[in-house]
Amino acid sequence: MSTPTTTNRQAGQITALVALALWAMAALQPLVWQEAADGTRLPQYLIDLPPAWLAVLAGLAAAGLGLRPTARRGSWAGIALSSLAALGWLQLPPAQASAGAGAGFWLGVLALGGLALLSVQRGAALEGRRGDQALAPLLFGLWVIYAWQLLVVALEVPRVLLPPPALVLEALRSHAALLGGDFVQTVLKAVLLGWAGGSALGFAVAVAIDRQPFLQRGLLPIASLTSTIPLVGVAPIAVMWFGFEWPSKAAVVVLMTFFPMLVSTLAGLKSAGRLERELMYSYAAGYGRTLWSLRLPAAFPFVVGALKVNATLALIGAIVAEFFGSPTSGLGFRISTEAARMNMALVWAAIAVAALTGSLAYALLVRLERRVAFWHPSVRSR
Amino acid sequence: MLNPLTEDASPSVSPLRPPSALRAVEVLGASVVYPAADAPVQALQDIRLTIAQGEFISLIGPSGCGKTTLLRVIADLEPISGGQVLVNGVSPREARLARAYGYVFQAPALFPWRTVLANVMLPLQIQGRDREAAQAIAREHLGRVGLTQFEKKYPWQLSGGMQQRVSIARALSFEPRILMMDEPFGALDEITRDGLNEQLQQLWCRERRTVVFVTHSISEAVYLSTRIVVMSPRPGRIVKVIESTLPDERHLGLRDTPEFMQMAHEVREALSDGHH
Amino acid sequence: MDTIDPRSDPKSGGRLLPLTATVLVIVLLWYALTVWLNGPGAIERVLAPKGPWSWQDLVLSSWTLQRPVLPAPHQIAADFWSSLVDWPIDSPRNLLFHVAVTGQSTLLGFAMGTALGAVLAVLIVHSRTLDRALLPWVVASQTIPVLAIAPIVLVILGSLGFSGVLPKAVIAMYLCFFPVAVAAVQGLRSPQRIETELMHTYAASAWQTLWLLRLPAAWPFIFPALRVGVAAGLVGAMVAELPTGAQAGLGSRLLTGSYYGNTVQIWSALLMASLLGLLLSSAMAALEKWALRHRSRT
Repeated sequence: MSTPTTTNRQAGQITALVALALWAMAALQPLVWQEAADGTRLPQYLIDLPPAWLAVLAGLAAAGLGLRPTARRGSWAGIALSSLAALGWLQLPPAQASAGAGAGFWLGVLALGGLALLSVQRGAALEGRRGDQALAPLLFGLWVIYAWQLLVVALEVPRVLLPPPALVLEALRSHAALLGGDFVQTVLKAVLLGWAGGSALGFAVAVAIDRQPFLQRGLLPIASLTSTIPLVGVAPIAVMWFGFEWPSKAAVVVLMTFFPMLVSTLAGLKSAGRLERELMYSYAAGYGRTLWSLRLPAAFPFVVGALKVNATLALIGAIVAEFFGSPTSGLGFRISTEAARMNMALVWAAIAVAALTGSLAYALLVRLERRVAFWHPSVRSR
Repeated sequence: MLNPLTEDASPSVSPLRPPSALRAVEVLGASVVYPAADAPVQALQDIRLTIAQGEFISLIGPSGCGKTTLLRVIADLEPISGGQVLVNGVSPREARLARAYGYVFQAPALFPWRTVLANVMLPLQIQGRDREAAQAIAREHLGRVGLTQFEKKYPWQLSGGMQQRVSIARALSFEPRILMMDEPFGALDEITRDGLNEQLQQLWCRERRTVVFVTHSISEAVYLSTRIVVMSPRPGRIVKVIESTLPDERHLGLRDTPEFMQMAHEVREALSDGHH
Repeated sequence: MDTIDPRSDPKSGGRLLPLTATVLVIVLLWYALTVWLNGPGAIERVLAPKGPWSWQDLVLSSWTLQRPVLPAPHQIAADFWSSLVDWPIDSPRNLLFHVAVTGQSTLLGFAMGTALGAVLAVLIVHSRTLDRALLPWVVASQTIPVLAIAPIVLVILGSLGFSGVLPKAVIAMYLCFFPVAVAAVQGLRSPQRIETELMHTYAASAWQTLWLLRLPAAWPFIFPALRVGVAAGLVGAMVAELPTGAQAGLGSRLLTGSYYGNTVQIWSALLMASLLGLLLSSAMAALEKWALRHRSRT
């Protein structure tokens, strides 16, 4: 009962064959059209462009390797050669926006596409070593960024539509101070304080009403209701009450994170098993002691789980609240105003900052979860 | 004429070798080796066994003796590392694609979103029969295991024993020549188990399909089978093949007869022999 | 010290009484809060010019103030009701008009996102390459604020000539896509080994295994994700209405309300958005209940 590895291998071989053919054809077609002084266009072939030789050779070698079923070393060699070919092709004038692209250039691009598919497939087929799981998504991501850079420049996509990654990196670098200020405004103030405040409030209320089943039965339906309400709609109201600056965004975040934490904490407090509670009862342990020694520790996995969910909600809430609520700085503000000004590179840079923040925060919380809730089956079985 | 020599590894009295047309399963020196971190595990070593059509074979032995592995090899659920296995004269894979056998797992494995009747219809639907025909056939087989009035119920509404009966009806619904069962009654209580044993025995007696049955219960093996294959672990191998002297038609009271106890004793001895 | 007797586990008794009691308390607190928040404004704008005032005057004017800081529940209800009945349905003054606009984008985006997510999930489950290379990105994208990309998407689609429902639906689409895709992958992989081996013994094709085993097994995972997805799609549709100059839709109504300081309008728009969200989620929940009606309660 195995996965269709034979069909995978056959598909890979066909791709390699096609790539091989494309490279061969690219060698024969004009790669670049240069503008001459008198306005005419002169074709340049592979023979005229020494930098391209390495690329084509590497590409042919990679495609050749793809034809044979190979193990780890062969796959790595193929990946390395494909990367070499890709980088080489990036140096050609069309990819540097200094000349027009010829048919040969595009054939090479197609061949690189085939090599990309092949290398990702080979990367995904590897297993046994520790880093293998991360290889395929990493390769995939890198190829996507490469394709973005190559195609946006070579196809002469207007910068106001989609800037190439190189430009985004440049924007990140040159506007670092500005983005840093936005980061502090949104993340360190609105997100962090709102997330901490909302979660703490939710936790406290949950513990407070733990002994009031009446209140619980009244509040829980309302809590589940709020999960369907677009709570970011509260942003204009928050602005009215708390002003334009970060407190109003933090207020929105508090509202968004309160209910998930409330629900999760209550569920966690209930999760202590009946047998364990009967054990504490047999020790004549009071409510407080039982809460401290049994029910709160039992609730930790749920609480940390809600903290993870709340982190994502908080980031989204703060950024979107800035869309709605007209502040003067912040990541959401930066994104919406620079988008209106068609300053796309800066917008992407701000998005990159937000995305990185989100994934880093989540990764940190996963670490926390492993330390605090290491005993829980959902964390253990990883 | 028939060759009294057999390929069974047992040194005891062996049955006459049936002509090839009547051989349901032939295991010719099969081995299964699992690669492991420190040392490879020899799950099966050079197994030689021939099963004739219409026989009820039990594979019995302690855990790790390879009985389930052998069954799964015959069913094309696991590959062999060496030797050859033939089912109805072709490879296990071809036999599986030709739908030559029905398999009953340790758990009922019924789909909870299908009614009992729909569950029995499942293999028929996969084989492409139209809905009405499939329903009629399924209904008939459900009747043969005595569960007609439950056809509209859902699996979770039935007891464990009833679910397993549905599973058996499903395995037989497309009338395979061979039925393979992997400790099908292991999860049930003894009383239910006895009832199901009797039903299965009567079903076999009526229909005379080839049955390969894995169990670790001595009395179950002796009660049900025409031949008992005793296996032992490390490495998995056949220790003894015991021919049953009991009549074809059996009832539960048979288990208290001296004949039965003699067979059970023989099996028990073979099992402890294999331990050394 | 009282002990928690585990023998007396509180069973969930009636829900109606606690719920109505809680709602009642919330409404009462609301009215009290209104006086506190609107009081200064009321004093300054309504009462003081008229001369001496009493507590009743304060309370009353707090509850009927124009441009209040916190509208009283009856003010919201009145504005809500009037917007529904006083204007024809296709007028921008009628909230139902905005519901139609936002609802359209939400449902279209939701349908597209669900379809895309389901297709991708099927591909991921059947291809090792996609599983290893693409799935981690889909899972990771749940931790990044995907909604932040909305302005870019709108600008790009706008300059490509797309306007109207489609850009908003696209944003709703990719918000629905991620939870549905992840849940579908989980669900399609949920059958246990014994069940997939059973299909193997039937020599079932990959397509038959998908249709007869994996898909039915996946529904209990997909439906909760549909509920999350439709709510996310609604938020996306509302956010998408902002950059287009606040013309139509519940999101734009919220924005115009805040531009003109019309608090009551904001609140009634928010109320309508909540009701819409509730309606969509309940529809999904009802669908789930119907589709899984024969399954056991485990």
